[in-house]
Amino acid sequence: MTPSDKFTVHTGVAAPILRNNVDTDAIIPSREMKRVSREGLGEGLFAGWRYTLPGGREENPDFVLNQSDYASTSILLAGANFGCGSSREHAAWALKDYGIRAIIAPSFGTIFYNNCIRNGLLPIELSEQEISALATAPGRSPTPAQLTIDLPQQRITDANGKVYEFTISAAAKGMLVEGLDEIALTLQRIEDIDAFEQKDAEQRPWVYL
Amino acid sequence: MPSTLFQKLWDLHRVAALGNSEQLIYIDRVFLHERTGSLALQGLESRQRRIHRPAQVFCTMDHIVDTHPGRGDETLMPSGTDFILATREAATRAGIKLFDLGDPNQGISHVVAAELGIALPGTTVVCPDSHTCTLGGLGALAWGVGSTEAEHAMATSTLRVSTPKTMRVSFNGELQAGVTAKDLILKLISEYGAAGGAGYAIEFAGPVIEQLPVEARMTLCNMAVEFSAFTGFIAPDETTIRYLSSRAYAPAGTAFEHAAEHWRTLYSDDDASFDAEIAIDCSELATMVTWGTSPEHAIAIDHCIPDPTLETDPKVREGMEKALRYMDVTPGTEAQGIKIDAAFIGSCTNSRLSDLRAAAKFLEGKHVAPGVAAVCVPGSTGVKSAAEAEGLHKIFEAAGFDWRESGCSMCFYAGGETFGPGARVISSTNRNFEGRQGPGTRTHLASPLTVAASACNGFITGASQ
Ligand code: SF4
Repeated sequence: MTPSDKFTVHTGVAAPILRNNVDTDAIIPSREMKRVSREGLGEGLFAGWRYTLPGGREENPDFVLNQSDYASTSILLAGANFGCGSSREHAAWALKDYGIRAIIAPSFGTIFYNNCIRNGLLPIELSEQEISALATAPGRSPTPAQLTIDLPQQRITDANGKVYEFTISAAAKGMLVEGLDEIALTLQRIEDIDAFEQKDAEQRPWVYL
Repeated sequence: MPSTLFQKLWDLHRVAALGNSEQLIYIDRVFLHERTGSLALQGLESRQRRIHRPAQVFCTMDHIVDTHPGRGDETLMPSGTDFILATREAATRAGIKLFDLGDPNQGISHVVAAELGIALPGTTVVCPDSHTCTLGGLGALAWGVGSTEAEHAMATSTLRVSTPKTMRVSFNGELQAGVTAKDLILKLISEYGAAGGAGYAIEFAGPVIEQLPVEARMTLCNMAVEFSAFTGFIAPDETTIRYLSSRAYAPAGTAFEHAAEHWRTLYSDDDASFDAEIAIDCSELATMVTWGTSPEHAIAIDHCIPDPTLETDPKVREGMEKALRYMDVTPGTEAQGIKIDAAFIGSCTNSRLSDLRAAAKFLEGKHVAPGVAAVCVPGSTGVKSAAEAEGLHKIFEAAGFDWRESGCSMCFYAGGETFGPGARVISSTNRNFEGRQGPGTRTHLASPLTVAASACNGFITGASQ
């Protein structure tokens, strides 16, 4: 991660995509992963729903992100098991490239969740009831609700000032708030790793090729 | 204190506790493929990081490669060749073993990792691919990761992981003839939902599992991720040990005996306790097939497609209605009898030698129904050669199946080959998501045996009908 990936406080428009089990094939179809690159994937985000034809770029007016109220969406309100399926990190890269900073869902696909943390995207778990309250909060019309997410305080404030608290592991929070490079962090422990290998190689020599 | 197998393996691989419930876990093997592995290798290079143990990192070409006979680097997916070339170059620079096109060991990563003995009981294996859990069938602790985590695993031989919860799923009773591992896992997912295993490392156990050959165990574990599990695995036993003897990367001679002694200690203690337990009685279990767009949309083949108006949860109902529209099927009609346009045997779920044998046994002397496009893609070049040595390819071809080179092929759509919009496919793969096999393509998941039987009849049917 680069320092710009740090996540502390963010205010933005939240768009609802509330169906359950939105898989990473739906977040970015395989056919949109055209280059050996992590860049420029935002165009393919939700391509199957966002455009009228496969591979096309004519916008489907029914899809929430194409509606003018949601043009500046940076937060998604989602259904259970969001990001299940394929491990493609492209799903996180596409969301981020599009401008999404946080996703609020009752639960997430595990690999997707980890991919978010490693790319400066904040996955927040709230109950289904809380999410539907956020999605239908009064005062959101005519413009959709702006939410403020405060990661250090672990809370979300809606347009009416109502506060929702959330939990997140200290490890994930630390990575996001500080924008840490995980590999550099682990490499500081290389002596532990070498010592583990030496001892383990006596017990399981066949592992070490 | 009595421990579960998962706890034993976790303890065995713990390099350090990092606090915050995070563990630094040693990773014994990393496997890459050209689709996501190329990016992981590039990521390492761009930060000038070395691979900690290159001899324990492997790479294959499976996802985008053409599977037509006589293939080269050209792909049906536009720009697919870039992935192949980038992977080849990066793997060579990194000094890792690559099973390239033309290599007798090329194939789908999860098939190759098992048949070459790269994954072994009790080893930790990661791959930037969600179906890495397939290798749990050997008693490995194997799970899918993102490209960035794969970089971490290569650079440090470890991963920072939060400890998952443990679950045991026991399959009890006895399987009826023609019922396979694919039917077992579809039954589990249909009963407990596609998110039923979320957050768990799942041990599959019980008398039915003990009787399963290793390849069938891999079919079962393959779909643990469709149950949203962290991973799924099966304790190694004598069946596993026999499977591994004389595999290319497995230990040999006295080293094998030594390893086998260790593998025999890898089981859950009798009174170990799990965070969750599920038991499934298999005596009544029938052939399963999916009707919708989630693996949880599975029913016994002679049951009726469910009626969403009877569903009380509004979100589940909405999901069902959407699936019914996409699949163009009618509630209240039986799954068997639905007309199909295509049949596909392949993928890391069901394309090993035993799968091809089961399908071929049914296909012998028969032919696919007129108008049905049928394709068989062996899981690895090794499987393909072994099948050809037994003459299976001739049976498939005589029955009207295309006989292909190994790869992921039409298990997923990358912009290349597909059966086409609206085509209804009976498929031995693992995902029936919208568009998974191509825009508008409709996927019904089933066992290879059910795929073969349906192909011959032109409609969905079990092998015994
Ligand atoms: S066969 Fe299908 S599920 Fe398996 S690794 Fe290839 S694309 Fe993924």
